[in-house]
Amino acid sequence: MRKLLIWLPLALFLGFFGLFASGLLRPDDRIINSKLVGKALPAFVLPAAASDRPPLASSELATGKPRLLNIFASWCVPCAAEAPQLLALRQAGVEIDAIAIRDARPDVDAFLKRYGNPYSRIGLDARSEVQIAMGSSGVPESFIIDGRGRIAYQHVGDIRQDDVPMILDRLRNAQ
Amino acid sequence: MRMLVALLALMLSVPVFAQSALPPAPYADRQIEDPALEKKARTLMETIRCLTCQSQSIADSNASMAGDMRSQIRERIMAGEEPEHIRAWLIERYGDWVSYEPTADPILWPLWAAPLILLGLGLLLLRGRIKRGRRA
Repeated sequence: MRKLLIWLPLALFLGFFGLFASGLLRPDDRIINSKLVGKALPAFVLPAAASDRPPLASSELATGKPRLLNIFASWCVPCAAEAPQLLALRQAGVEIDAIAIRDARPDVDAFLKRYGNPYSRIGLDARSEVQIAMGSSGVPESFIIDGRGRIAYQHVGDIRQDDVPMILDRLRNAQ
Repeated sequence: MRMLVALLALMLSVPVFAQSALPPAPYADRQIEDPALEKKARTLMETIRCLTCQSQSIADSNASMAGDMRSQIRERIMAGEEPEHIRAWLIERYGDWVSYEPTADPILWPLWAAPLILLGLGLLLLRGRIKRGRRA
């Protein structure tokens, strides 16, 4: 017994060493997915965020047809990088609605003028309330809302060029 | 030399985070007038994880989203909501991850059992020592 016990500190050391080494080598995953995927979109009514687009309410997202809900902000750099992909999706016939987080109307107008406007409706969430209620953890994020108003998919971060076919695929499948 | 200066400049540069230009929400950095309610809100905020700066609590973080969460928590506490109800509401959206308070989930049972196991081991050790001490 005593002889075996002598090896215990070494075994513990090796155990912890392995644990820390694997933690260092494994890529860091900081993506926090919403737990509401598969559940109903929380109800909300938001004022208009842009001068030439109507405001957005959750009831307008359950139209029997899947829609893309994009969460963005005029002050967010990756959102500008995402703009061409959203325009491409719009050209492919996707209806895109948006929520602008912690934003102001002149800033949103300037952002859309500069990077293009793929949105049908834009709601203004000046205090991130709807964003928090949806379990979204940052900008940009995109949600696919199915025809019955449920969240079918959440895309965290900007939509890259090679994500576009996948998004189109998921939209087709989310009836 | 120029390389060194460039390196030094890199070391001194502060990472720039894109943050909203909008002023913080009303109760993001303002305490509730009633100290008892503020204490309730504060205790909750210290155990809610910030989504932007992931190893800080929202009470410690300067991220604009953390400010919005603080304001929302204070306003809901002022409206009479219980802190544990707000915590459950957040967990429903972000998962257990968002709360620093360990839950009674089976995967955490070893964590809860650890103090008892360590105490038991200590008692065993103590008993052995006392026995040996008597014999000597």
